Amino acid sequence: MVKTEYKNNTLTAYLSGEIDHNCAGSIRSQIDGQAENLHPGTLLLDFSKVSFMDSSGIGLIMGRYRTMALLGGNLKVVNVPERLQRIINLSGVGALGVLK
Amino acid sequence: MKIINEMNLSFLSKSSNEGFARSVVASFVLNLDPTINELADIKTAVSEAVTNCIVHGYKMEHGVIYINGKITDSNKVIIKIRDKGCGIEDVEKAMEPLFTTAPEEERAGLGFAVMQSFMDNVKVSSKPLKGTTVTMEKTIIPRTK
Repeated sequence: MVKTEYKNNTLTAYLSGEIDHNCAGSIRSQIDGQAENLHPGTLLLDFSKVSFMDSSGIGLIMGRYRTMALLGGNLKVVNVPERLQRIINLSGVGALGVLK
Repeated sequence: MKIINEMNLSFLSKSSNEGFARSVVASFVLNLDPTINELADIKTAVSEAVTNCIVHGYKMEHGVIYINGKITDSNKVIIKIRDKGCGIEDVEKAMEPLFTTAPEEERAGLGFAVMQSFMDNVKVSSKPLKGTTVTMEKTIIPRTK
């Protein structure tokens, strides 16, 4: 699930529930649709309400990094709960410099 | 080592069944009183293996996925996840981190790396055109009562 909000040149996507391959596709198209319309300077992915995620969540982060690079903006990943730290660390997405 | 509990599950390779599959395995493992982290590790590994069956084994077409779960008297969980899909030509290559044949699906290529990191032991056997079986083991640390 995802809810978006646009304010001060920043598009925030509040993700929630379980992120897996089943829902990643629709989350991706909702966020990309908004980003392509609004051309925000920053896309914030807020993970605070995510209860579970597998590597589909990592694909989602890497893909949005590319979306924002193409649109000339930047991506920030915020409020990653403790329970998701292991998969985030394992994935190496930290090297993209997006984790806040 | 003695098997003290066992379960079998089969279901269609629809991505809407990914959550169902990991929840069933998690419920099965609950008997061993795992920590929240141990349970999350198992759910994540099962989710990766089942997604592989759907995306790669059956290439998004319908087939049947089989899960066999066993619990031993030494608190070990053994989970076997099997498809009768296309199989993997080069298992070693498929298991390399970041290797994916489905970049357009935004697969990160981390499925096997996650399974290996979150479980104690992962084995993959595969035959082209016959299918793939992933066997994963994890010992649940007994908690002092």
